[in-house]
Amino acid sequence: MKLFKSLLAATAVAAVCIAGPAQAETKRIALVVKALGIGFFEAAAKGAEEAAKELGDVEIIYTGPTDTTAEGQIEVINALIAQKVDAIAISANDQDALVPALKKAMQRGITVVSWDSGVAPDGRQLHLNPSSNPLIGNMIIKLAADHLPDGGDVAVLSASATATNQNTWIEEMNKVKDNYPGINVVATVYGDDLADKSYREAQGLMQTYPDLKAIIAPTSVGIVAAAQAVSDAEKAGQINVTGLGLPSEMAGHIDSGASKSFAIWNPIDLGYSATMLAYNLAAGNAEAKPGAEIPMGRMGALKLDDNNEGAMADPFVYDSSNIDDFKDIF
Amino acid sequence: MTLSFFKSREGILGAAILALLLAISLRFPAFVAPSNLASVFNDTAPLIILTLGQMAVILTRCIDLSVAANLALTGMIVAMLNTMMPELPIPVILLIAITLGALMGLVNGLLVWKLNIPPIVVTLGTMTIYRGIIFLISDGAWINAHEMSSSFKAFPRDIVLGLPVLSWIAIIAVIGFVVLIGRTSLGRAFFAVGGNPHAAVYTGINVGRTQCAAFVLSGALAGLTGYLWVARYAVAYVDIAGGFELEVVAACVIGGISIAGGIGSVAGALMGALFLGIVKNALPVINISPFWQLAISGSAIIIAVAFNATSNRAKGRVILKEAEHAT
Repeated sequence: MKLFKSLLAATAVAAVCIAGPAQAETKRIALVVKALGIGFFEAAAKGAEEAAKELGDVEIIYTGPTDTTAEGQIEVINALIAQKVDAIAISANDQDALVPALKKAMQRGITVVSWDSGVAPDGRQLHLNPSSNPLIGNMIIKLAADHLPDGGDVAVLSASATATNQNTWIEEMNKVKDNYPGINVVATVYGDDLADKSYREAQGLMQTYPDLKAIIAPTSVGIVAAAQAVSDAEKAGQINVTGLGLPSEMAGHIDSGASKSFAIWNPIDLGYSATMLAYNLAAGNAEAKPGAEIPMGRMGALKLDDNNEGAMADPFVYDSSNIDDFKDIF
Repeated sequence: MTLSFFKSREGILGAAILALLLAISLRFPAFVAPSNLASVFNDTAPLIILTLGQMAVILTRCIDLSVAANLALTGMIVAMLNTMMPELPIPVILLIAITLGALMGLVNGLLVWKLNIPPIVVTLGTMTIYRGIIFLISDGAWINAHEMSSSFKAFPRDIVLGLPVLSWIAIIAVIGFVVLIGRTSLGRAFFAVGGNPHAAVYTGINVGRTQCAAFVLSGALAGLTGYLWVARYAVAYVDIAGGFELEVVAACVIGGISIAGGIGSVAGALMGALFLGIVKNALPVINISPFWQLAISGSAIIIAVAFNATSNRAKGRVILKEAEHAT
């Protein structure tokens, strides 16, 4: 396995060495992903290619280890340093383990940005979050409100009662719920990210609140289980299941009408933005410092906070109009 | 006869279930509506089926911790088969699920029988192996609702004579077990092996083979449940039914099946599973903090076991009454 990985890295080096020097002035930006062969990252690579086409003088090197390990990514980074790429945009398998390798890259003048899954501040110039907690909190209640012009009861189906990210999103949601008059959050229940428990909790919600109009599940297991429970209760159309989910997992429930829409970050936009940011930093068009706004093409600009982090955009909304384009991607 | 029933473990458990239902109905009256009770039974059906298989294993002084992993692996395999060959008829899928499950049970059984490894170690190992295999064959990806054929998903939900097929399968399994445990030599051998393995050998029972048979039975039922589970929740992924093996063991223990083997009844197993099923279904509707829910399920188990332990305690029997007074 080790040998295989080294071989793979070596092949990548060789491939780029052959292809590289042909156009000396093009910027070579490496998009390093958690592992190759994951739909989400393939889609991000598509976005990166889109950015490259828009910029014109950019060559994208899409690479990553064969499995999601920090060791594999370090080998890939070392190979990229040897190739003298202009920028590395990485979705990290480990927040800290990659820092030394990425520091070395930065010392050699390579621009390093992290996206999706971040690296500690020492190991990168900036981090691109797909979204932010307030944006997600707002989005999940907006998804429910958009289909309830007259208001109504909604309930939240979360993962476990101790899941930090879920609790943060629900907290952010509760902060902005007054902006959606008529929307009444009646309960928060916990499905522990188990299909059967989530299904049962969704059934319980339907029994306890006969006037329930929507279930918000900001978890990919919960949203699928709740949608199935709603279909089985023959309440598709009456109760809208929404929240955060993956298009491949939700396609059937969009078709059945149990879910009218849901959201998740768009990997294409993410790859596109990461490439734009890496390009602008590498070309010296912008500098990564707290408070800076760095342009990222059609996605606007990234505003950096004190940790040099920024949020790309609202989660992207998927519904019957676009689900077929994305369900095979991730 | 009636009096002894009320004094028996099954009678007490039955009374506890009725009391539980009454308490729930005070807080949420709609819970005891017949239609809702039918849906609670349907939701508990997988647990009932697995509890019966587990009972056979525990009767023989073994334990099968791999049932949930077996369920998940079989579920994933049949779901993948369905996506590749959507026209595969349901009876074939059922047959494949039961066979696969039985094979996985056979692995446990053979390791226990031929290599004499303690069952808890064997099944702890195969539990992890089966989960690992799911990851290998699925690459960690999910099989989702839209990838399964509609007949595949519809089977457990089809209503026959007022109840879903899933419920009927549980009922058939219970009847089958009553016959197996009470009327067949294999069923009696489970008790003999668990009650006193040495005596069982002298009566001509092969202890290892009987234990192996119990594992195969438990595996076959887990396999069957695997398909039903995946079809019912319309999703298959690595972690389905995570931790469910403990619920199954808990249902057995609540139902009065002795972990030391040799003691237990089908009625007890059924009621143990129903008790847990009612608690699990009632907790979401009676508005109890999620932090309390786990504590409540856990306490129910301990109370039931403590109750069984006291009623199980062998009462000393005076065998020589005359000798007692002789001196």
